[in-house]
Amino acid sequence: MSISSETERCGAQAPAPGRKGSGGSARPASRRAGKTSAGNEPFAVRHYSPEVLREALRKMLLIRRFEEGAEDSYMRGLIHGTMHLSIGQEASAVGACLELTDQDKITSTHRGHGHCIAKGADVGRMFAEFFGKESGYCRGRGGSMHIADVDKGNLGANGIVGGGIPIAVGAALSAKRLKTGTVVTSFFGDGAVNEGSFHESLNMAAIWKLPVIFICENNHYGMSTSVERSTAVRQVSDRAAAYSMPGVTVDGNDLSAVAEACHGAIERARAGEGPSLIESVTYRWRGHSKSDRNRYRSKDEIDAWIARDPIRRFAGLLSEHGILSEEGFARMETEVAEQIAAAIAFAKESPDPDTAALTRDVYTTQTESVG
Amino acid sequence: MTAPAAVLDSPLRELSYAEAIRDALAIALAEDERVVLMGEDIGVYGGAFQVSGDLVHRFGEERVIDTPISELGGAGMAVGAALTGLRPIYEFQFSDFATLAMEQIVNQAAKLRFMLGGAVSVPLVMRFPAGSGTGAAAQHSQSLEAWFGHVPGLKVVQAATPYDAKGLLLAALDDPDPVMLFEHKLLYKTKGPVPEGRYTVPIGKAEVCRTGSNVTIVATAIMVHRALEAAEVLAQEGIDAEVIDLRTVRPMDRETVVASVAKTSRLVVAYEGVRTLGIGAEVSASIVESEAFDYLDAPIVRLGGAEAPIPYNPELEKAAVPQVADILSAVRGVVRGTR
Ligand SMILES: Cc1ncc(C[n+]2csc(CCOP(=O)(O)OP(=O)(O)O)c2C)c(N)n1
Ligand SMILES: [Mg+2]
Repeated sequence: MSISSETERCGAQAPAPGRKGSGGSARPASRRAGKTSAGNEPFAVRHYSPEVLREALRKMLLIRRFEEGAEDSYMRGLIHGTMHLSIGQEASAVGACLELTDQDKITSTHRGHGHCIAKGADVGRMFAEFFGKESGYCRGRGGSMHIADVDKGNLGANGIVGGGIPIAVGAALSAKRLKTGTVVTSFFGDGAVNEGSFHESLNMAAIWKLPVIFICENNHYGMSTSVERSTAVRQVSDRAAAYSMPGVTVDGNDLSAVAEACHGAIERARAGEGPSLIESVTYRWRGHSKSDRNRYRSKDEIDAWIARDPIRRFAGLLSEHGILSEEGFARMETEVAEQIAAAIAFAKESPDPDTAALTRDVYTTQTESVG
Repeated sequence: MTAPAAVLDSPLRELSYAEAIRDALAIALAEDERVVLMGEDIGVYGGAFQVSGDLVHRFGEERVIDTPISELGGAGMAVGAALTGLRPIYEFQFSDFATLAMEQIVNQAAKLRFMLGGAVSVPLVMRFPAGSGTGAAAQHSQSLEAWFGHVPGLKVVQAATPYDAKGLLLAALDDPDPVMLFEHKLLYKTKGPVPEGRYTVPIGKAEVCRTGSNVTIVATAIMVHRALEAAEVLAQEGIDAEVIDLRTVRPMDRETVVASVAKTSRLVVAYEGVRTLGIGAEVSASIVESEAFDYLDAPIVRLGGAEAPIPYNPELEKAAVPQVADILSAVRGVVRGTR
């Protein structure tokens, strides 16, 4: 991957990037102007240090290579079950987690590898989980669809569409009652906004002004069903109005745009002003899961989005602003590749769980033959 | 196989379990304008397990309806449509998602007729891909049929073969009340003879799949295949096992089970749902509450799922539900008293 030519913007063709929702002003202007006050510099460049920006790029790259590694391991029969890859959506995960601390919580989805890595997970333990090993984050009990990293504030992916949204609201209630000063970011897909849990959750978060950031990663499809066919509103962020919270739609392939929207929402949440809804418009390059035949979309559509690669775009931005050199990027690529290789090796060498421990952790206090 | 005379004449083809269900759906759509299919990704995607397949191309989007991801609303819509003249067949993408529609299934579909003093009925068919073995972990692998068997007003069916899958689905469609069909995911690709055209397999009738004299194994869904496999091994050891496919969880065919145990004097029940408070308890109760109790020569054994959610790791996953080896050792135990 080269970064030299990749500075194009995807605004023109992408459906709805950068359009503001009708729900209010979710993007309070940044309070810090950053190093330069040049008005047309992207938010990220104005707002974050070069180290933070390079780290963000590294994380996006790590997500990409992790998922490619997982896909390859799946093909080799090292991973069973299924998995949902977020390749193409990396800017959304990393941009949304950029300002979160380890104490801040997230809830994630079936497409949760990126969120997990963005929140700081160790890719070795993630691979170990995918390989069903005892050293995995869930000790081999959960797999890809339940990947979690509680120490880093990731309360878990979820097998149930919309399952994590009310849990995030509950975590935000804890944060408020316990005065932790922390916030909760809840990721979910465009498909999830038609579940009752989405509506019930947004309403409760709003009436109690809970510190939660709802991030709808709109990748245009819930499995095979397009947003146009499943959802009555023109854009998901329009739904914010129904719950009296700010709603905004951003270009989810632009890390800076995602980070900017989240920055505002996080500040609002930390200030006790309540929740926000951010719609991050993006696209998954791969099929919904390993059994998808892509009958519901065209190759042209997929190719058009691959041309809007969020990683190349952000790398281009960093290069343009002198934050990352060609050699620096190449070094990053090598380091990430080595990290992935080491992670896979760790996972392969890890021991399998003991089948005698089948009922361990069903309850917190081990109860003999509850049956 | 107990095919009615009329279909015995029609050509038998080898179809997969999924194809047999699709065959039934196509017959239903073709013969009755009131039939609609509803569910998530059942249109161009063809269904998560490719059951509806090409039906949207044959019958159109008006009758093969992709719903948003809204199980409670979707199932409720199907209830309302059934109540007022349509014959909906609702596909849950995984049986686990019945949990999201519990309200409409349990409080509405099951009870409307009763609560309204018989003024209405809810001729609704619901299909549920169920069971473990696919590596999909705790929220996509459950066997919840016993839950629904606990609800008066619902009928709960589990087909083990392509033949039964088609016949039971068409019987469900003819039934004026809500019927839930639990389809084991590992069976979708298994093949078997399926006649062309319409036939039904009666709801509420178990089938004796293999006759035997030493022990009765009552099984459901995939456990029927494991029990038959075990029976072949046991035959080599001089143990003659009778295998009964329960086919319907509610209403349960107690007669067939009681008659078999009266003959064999021993009972093992094999099912995938969690062992406790499940199908095994109900089948066992049928025996201990009947005259067959007097014939029992050994304690009844229930082989069910572990007291745990289904784990992801493949070895743990296998250990969580009865396998052929578990059936073998249970049967040897009850027959030889060496448990
Ligand atoms: C309650 C529930 N219904 C259906 C499913 C099956 N399912 C898993 S992911 C998915 C599509 C979700 O779409 P979206 O929310 O847009 O997320 P994406 O897959 O696009 O990331 C479906 C239908 C599920 N897991 N849970
Ligand atoms: Mg989506």
